[in-house]
Amino acid sequence: MNDPVNIGTLLSGTLNDTLTVSLPLFRPELALSATIVLLLLCRMLPVLRLLDSALVALGGAAFALWYAWVDLQALPPLAEAAASAGGRVEIFSGLLVFDSFTAYLRCILAGFLVLYIVFTKVSGIPDREDGADFYSLVLGATLGMCLMASANHLLMVFMAVEMASVPSYALAGILKGRRAASEAAIKYAVYGAGAAGIMLYGISLLAGVLGTCHLPSMANELARVVQAGPPGGSVMVLTLGGLMLAVGLAFKLSAVPFHFWCPDVFEGAAAEVGAFLSVASKAAAVALLIRVAYALGMPAGEAAAGIVADLAPVRHFSVAVIALMAAVTCTLGNLAAYGQTNMKRLLAYSTIAHAGYLMMGVAAAIALAGPKPAAAATAVTAVAFYLGTYLFMNLAAFAIVAFLRNRLRSEEIASYAGLVRTSPGIVVATTVVLVSLIGLPPLAGFVAKFLVFSSLVEAISAGVDRQLMLLLLVVGGLNTVISLFYYLRVLKVMTFDAPPEDRAGEAFPLVSLPGAVVTALAVPVLVLGVFWSGLYAAAQLAGAFAS
Amino acid sequence: MPPSASLVQPALWPLSLIVFLPALVAAFLSLPIIPKAREELIRWITLGTLAVVFVLSLWMAVPQLFGATGPAQFQIGQPEMQAVVKLPWIQAFGIEYLLGVDGISLPLVVLTTFLSMLAAAASWPITKHVKAYHVLFLLLVTGMLGVFVSLDFFLFYVFWEVMLLPMYFLIGIWGGPRREYAAIKFFLYTLLGSVLMLIAILMLYFSSDLRLLSPEQLTAAHVVSPALEAAAQAEAVQAIKTAADPVHTFNLLALAELGQLPNSPFSTSMVWGTSLEIWAFLLLLIGFVIKVPVVPVHTWLPDAHVEAPTPISMILAGVLLKLGGYGIIRICYPICPGAGLSLAWLVCGLGVVSMVYGAFAALAQKDFKRMVAYSSVSHMGYVMLGLGVWSAVAGQEYRWEAWAQGVNGAMFQMLAHGFSSAGMFFMVGVLYDRVHHRNLDEFGGIFNRMPVYAGLAVAVFFAGLGLPGLCGFIGEVLVTLSSWNYSRTLAVISAFTVILTAAYILWAIQRVYLGAEYKGPHGDHLTPMTPRELSIAAPLVFLAILFGVAPQILFNYVTPTVNRQVQTLAAWTRDVHDAPAPVAVAEVGK
Repeated sequence: MNDPVNIGTLLSGTLNDTLTVSLPLFRPELALSATIVLLLLCRMLPVLRLLDSALVALGGAAFALWYAWVDLQALPPLAEAAASAGGRVEIFSGLLVFDSFTAYLRCILAGFLVLYIVFTKVSGIPDREDGADFYSLVLGATLGMCLMASANHLLMVFMAVEMASVPSYALAGILKGRRAASEAAIKYAVYGAGAAGIMLYGISLLAGVLGTCHLPSMANELARVVQAGPPGGSVMVLTLGGLMLAVGLAFKLSAVPFHFWCPDVFEGAAAEVGAFLSVASKAAAVALLIRVAYALGMPAGEAAAGIVADLAPVRHFSVAVIALMAAVTCTLGNLAAYGQTNMKRLLAYSTIAHAGYLMMGVAAAIALAGPKPAAAATAVTAVAFYLGTYLFMNLAAFAIVAFLRNRLRSEEIASYAGLVRTSPGIVVATTVVLVSLIGLPPLAGFVAKFLVFSSLVEAISAGVDRQLMLLLLVVGGLNTVISLFYYLRVLKVMTFDAPPEDRAGEAFPLVSLPGAVVTALAVPVLVLGVFWSGLYAAAQLAGAFAS
Repeated sequence: MPPSASLVQPALWPLSLIVFLPALVAAFLSLPIIPKAREELIRWITLGTLAVVFVLSLWMAVPQLFGATGPAQFQIGQPEMQAVVKLPWIQAFGIEYLLGVDGISLPLVVLTTFLSMLAAAASWPITKHVKAYHVLFLLLVTGMLGVFVSLDFFLFYVFWEVMLLPMYFLIGIWGGPRREYAAIKFFLYTLLGSVLMLIAILMLYFSSDLRLLSPEQLTAAHVVSPALEAAAQAEAVQAIKTAADPVHTFNLLALAELGQLPNSPFSTSMVWGTSLEIWAFLLLLIGFVIKVPVVPVHTWLPDAHVEAPTPISMILAGVLLKLGGYGIIRICYPICPGAGLSLAWLVCGLGVVSMVYGAFAALAQKDFKRMVAYSSVSHMGYVMLGLGVWSAVAGQEYRWEAWAQGVNGAMFQMLAHGFSSAGMFFMVGVLYDRVHHRNLDEFGGIFNRMPVYAGLAVAVFFAGLGLPGLCGFIGEVLVTLSSWNYSRTLAVISAFTVILTAAYILWAIQRVYLGAEYKGPHGDHLTPMTPRELSIAAPLVFLAILFGVAPQILFNYVTPTVNRQVQTLAAWTRDVHDAPAPVAVAEVGK
């Protein structure tokens, strides 16, 4: 540019860009931010204190969902979306990116938030006193997660991860006066701080070598490093930086070996918090993983077309890291779930295992990205679909744990013995949810697994990273079989075993407010297992950003 | 096809009702409309539903009985798929709601509806959680029927898995003392098999390409519905032929056409130096033989059969084991013919090993029900041998008749075993309900105490033994004869196994029914058969005799379809497999 820099033009240009381009695409986040302010404001004014903060939060979440939905609807149809990389627009001068994937993920997150607030309202944690704190933390973390899904800059990656994590640390300790909860919170915070530090160090290494934090520009620089020929010292630093960045992402994903916090936090914190961490946090982490891996290995846009071939080593590196981590995470999660006696701990390991399946899909997507972009988009679709079904399955599972805790005063699996005698409805709902988590048809979990496995097979038949993809397919298949055992054990206890003599608490009928919540969450699991065209079409739109 | 028009397909409602009526009634029963305490009503509703389903299946299978011949009814002697229902389901993957019956599946459907009805009648002694039991039982029936009529691999897999959970609970809640162990073992074995099957399904799907098929093949496989008008058909064919990317399919008939092409996509793509066809065949075979079951993956069967309640044992032996055989004949051989040819020794070998091992194991059992369970392993070995004898090869001048004899025999054996094994399990159950033990050494003298029962039981056991004039004989003799062309050793072994079979069955009859008097526990409970029990046992005995005397009743259905499949595969062996390579290349070129 030959023009001298004019501060005035620069400012007005930025302002114009922000007001006309960025902010209209940022409405769900704005809705969340406004709700947080409103929640805190209600606390200050005595009159507004009478207002139930759950309702305020629900209203805000509904607004966010509405805007996210409008944005998703406004996307161009599939063929066009695929041609324009999902309607990709960089917003806020390249810090964030809006495309079909962002729109889809925000819909998932905001939709989850609405269901989640209803569920927590019914389950009674938080109580009225804690409501404002709890919901502003939840909304704040969700805001961070929305940013994770649309991050386009390593600085933003770090900011978003921290924004999602810090409220989560506080949430883990929301049950005041309970030792286990405080211990969970401190463990989570310490672990999270460590991971954040390592990630920040990795980011600084990457930024130092490549001279930028803007992900697409980084891809350009990476291509130049690859073109430069024989690996020099900078490749070593880049690898190290990439691995350290992966540590931060793996912590959010609770991928092995950075999963140690997960069972302890889930066991110590309330089931409601577990639900939030297990669904929303996981969805955002997977989205961020896709974002970073894609932006560095397969940048979108016309300008990037020339460097796709050069970036093959970058993609191969991320596929290897993600695939190996996925295989280990999945296996270890499933094996460790065997010995659990506490339902929340079992679900924690189940969450870890499912992170493994999700990462398998991501690995397939990155592997296919170079040689077969259309197939890669299908793999991203599989992951997006998985997240959509996972929302219902896992939220329902934690809702059942929470409601049963309210009745039975226990979260031990053994305390569920013989529940089928008194509360057959809830046992049927649990069966639907857990069998869907195993991945058996005709339930949604099967379709999700089927789609992920089919991406792996497509990668195998395309011949990209064949050994790794075969490994993942075999590991995924075997894990499905071994996961059967511990999910069925819960059902076995509920149905085969005799109820204890001294059962506290009354029966749990489905015709009740908690029963209605459980039904509302379990029915989609069944429906999406049979009629999955609709969700799949939406997920395809999300995947369009990759083609 | 517009959706409004597609809902008036002639076969849509009969076939869909046969499959889904049990599930609908199960959903109705699980609603709190009928109180749990009305156990008798729940039993009658279930029995009535299954009777309706049985009559519906008869209406399709034996139109003569009902006078009218609608388009949905089966035309005997026609080998093709009939009464096909085709609705789009998941368009992104080309998954369809594609149902149909032919001479292989229709007899199995009728067998299933018939045995389900009898098993519902045999469920009267179940008194624990009656409502839950019947809901699960009806869901199980839907799963089984769905597998037999699905022509879409995805749909097939869904139904295949739908059976697992009800069966797990039916064994685990209403079973015998070791029920939990038996239930989880059943589930783990089957799920392992089905995961391998899923991998094979995906491998086949992603290497399939409908563009390789001719317009005639596309119509024959119901990829393009033959019900459409010519112009619409041509348009649909054109859309497939001109597609830019490979058009993948789950359609079982189209996959079979693809698998039998010269240079089929399954035989040309390699995984680890072995063709995909071999891998897919092996993975599918493992999934199916776990269900059959063959040695060495049979160990779930004695546990599951012994622990399951009597009606569930009847269904397990009568229907579930046939699903494995059906899968092999419908999926493994037509889709992966090359692998079937080169692995024929494996299938036949597994069959003969199970045959002999099952017979010896049955001989060694002290538990009456366990003995019957092992007899199933032995009898299903004949099915495997009959299916596996790929004898139409160069040395045999590609004569398909001998091979067709084996496959027909295997099909007949499946059907006959369905009646005889369900009958045997029921007979054991009748005795167990009275004396509450199954120890073979503590019986004796039942003939004197329960003459009608003993007479029927001996007839059923003779049918299992394979006595000429009873249904068990036909299948065994056809299989043994046809295996002579394939391998004399195997034929001799399988002929000698008949002696073992005779030994364990006659010895069991001697120990249980003959003898001076009953000395075991609960002797005073040995009351004569009730009318309900009689009405279950009598039809089974009648059919065992009928099909033994007039096997052509079944062969009329089975033979045209089986012969056509075998003929096609024999021609495939001659033209594609054994042909010199240049011919195959020329075929591709045109």
